[in-house]
Amino acid sequence: MLTQYDIEEVQEHCNNLFSQHEIVSLYQRFCQLDRNAKGFIPADEFLSVPEYAMNPLSQVVYFEGCHGIWKRLLKMEDGLNFKDFVAFLSAFSAKASTNQKIEHFRTFSIKGFQIWLLDNSEICTVVYPTKCCMVYDSDSNGKVSLNDILEVLRDLSGAFMSAEQREEILSHVQQEAGYSKSSYLKLDDFIKVLGHSGLKMDVEVPVD
Amino acid sequence: MGSTGKLNSSSSELDLDRPNIEDYLPSGSSIQQEPHGKLRLRDLLDISPTLSEAAGAIVDDSFTRCFKSNPPEPWNWNVYLFPLWCFGVVVRYLVLFPARVLVLTIGWIIFLSSFIPVHFLLKGHDKWRKKIERFLVEIICSFFVASWTGVVKYHGPRPSIRPKQVFVANHTSMIDFIILEQMTAFAVIMQKHPGWVGLLQSTILESVGCIWFNRSEAKDREIVAKKLRDHVQGADNNPLLIFPEGTCVNNHYTVMFKKGAFELGCTVCPVAIKYNKIFVDAFWNSRKQSFTMHLLQLMTSWAVVCDVWYLEPQTLRPGETPIEFAERVRDIISVRAGLKKVPWDGYLKYSRPSPKHRERKQQNFADSVLRRLEEK
Repeated sequence: MLTQYDIEEVQEHCNNLFSQHEIVSLYQRFCQLDRNAKGFIPADEFLSVPEYAMNPLSQVVYFEGCHGIWKRLLKMEDGLNFKDFVAFLSAFSAKASTNQKIEHFRTFSIKGFQIWLLDNSEICTVVYPTKCCMVYDSDSNGKVSLNDILEVLRDLSGAFMSAEQREEILSHVQQEAGYSKSSYLKLDDFIKVLGHSGLKMDVEVPVD
Repeated sequence: MGSTGKLNSSSSELDLDRPNIEDYLPSGSSIQQEPHGKLRLRDLLDISPTLSEAAGAIVDDSFTRCFKSNPPEPWNWNVYLFPLWCFGVVVRYLVLFPARVLVLTIGWIIFLSSFIPVHFLLKGHDKWRKKIERFLVEIICSFFVASWTGVVKYHGPRPSIRPKQVFVANHTSMIDFIILEQMTAFAVIMQKHPGWVGLLQSTILESVGCIWFNRSEAKDREIVAKKLRDHVQGADNNPLLIFPEGTCVNNHYTVMFKKGAFELGCTVCPVAIKYNKIFVDAFWNSRKQSFTMHLLQLMTSWAVVCDVWYLEPQTLRPGETPIEFAERVRDIISVRAGLKKVPWDGYLKYSRPSPKHRERKQQNFADSVLRRLEEK
């Protein structure tokens, strides 16, 4: 059972992006997924949720574990404890996009930077990193290269697109956006590309 | 990766012509509106919809909901409710429970002392033997129901013994079978269990013509399918009861019906069962409790109250596939019992989803991107 102290601690850990009700709800969900009541969710437990398992990106979601090391969610040997669980999901909190007082981006990206515009407001230079998912930058060098994008495209399209088609698509859009084949995409590039229309990445936590 | 085109099916149950999952997911979580227009770099970099779906599934998903058994809200928290509750506990455990155990023991004594002689002595006179055995099985089931103070209301015409018909019902616990059996001696198809339940299965239930299967054996399916067909053809056999969900669900939802029962070429009579949770939650969460514990829990509760509806027999309509037929019958049962339908296969409780689901999403994405590539 969660005490008020526990809730507040978790809330602080996720930068107040969830309300206390939502944290209680998430705790119930955590207990449901943590079937053996061990206090952490083993990585492959996520695969027992059919809706998650059938998501094309389920394999490549990363998470910042301890010591700032990014690991694939499904390969985390120590599993996810409740604080990590909430931190992971806080990237999707609706509050993250309606916080109007602090104009900041949430950097939600794994090893790459995917800037998330809040409410179509202007891009602010304050970058507010949080611990959460990563998808890009599979060769872990801090920049997103052509190859990295190809990898993600491959996960999203599976066997339904040949390698040539993927290359074709990538070169087409890259040229259109003004990048060359050997360009790397950094933080600023992401900002520019994902631009002013913002990203909609909210998940609602069911509160009884 | 890199296998182009050849997709193995891990289980033959998960056919491609099953209902579309997107029809069932709440509208907020389904695929975003079709993107259109020229393909831009942004479309490749913006993976937020897919990622949101992944996170949404972690926060709440319709499959886990089917097997959630909510513990009842404690109501004994103040000065006068607590003693009342204590009194209730005393009555339930020290008065009702022993009385029920006594009733059940008497029932077993009567049953065994009649069943065993009849089974062996009337070996030659099969017709009589079967009739008496049927009657005795109904009796012992009534004793079971009495041992939980079962209040079962049956609605609709009672099942009759006719060939070429099967009965299908939604499944909440193994007691579904007992509740239905006390009214009519069905032959049922069940997973073979270990322990004393298995013993009962191989001795007494054999006599009413039950069929066993083993979930974990893939080859088993053909053998079982044949046994089903043979049973249904026989005029003299007890009516066959099948639980097409294949697993116990928590009586708020129904999972996909397996099509096996619907392709036997006979009339399907739907039966809907709904338990009243106020008295006891009859959902048997086989992962959390053994059947013995489940029975003990029922015997120390106040009552098991449920409604059973025997619904209008259905036949395969011309041009309807067995899967559509199964869905139609599931609809009828769900509406009658007030259950919500989910598009998941109950066996996902025991195994991971096949890659086919993910492949469908990938295909949608690939088609959409390729199409937009063409639009210049």
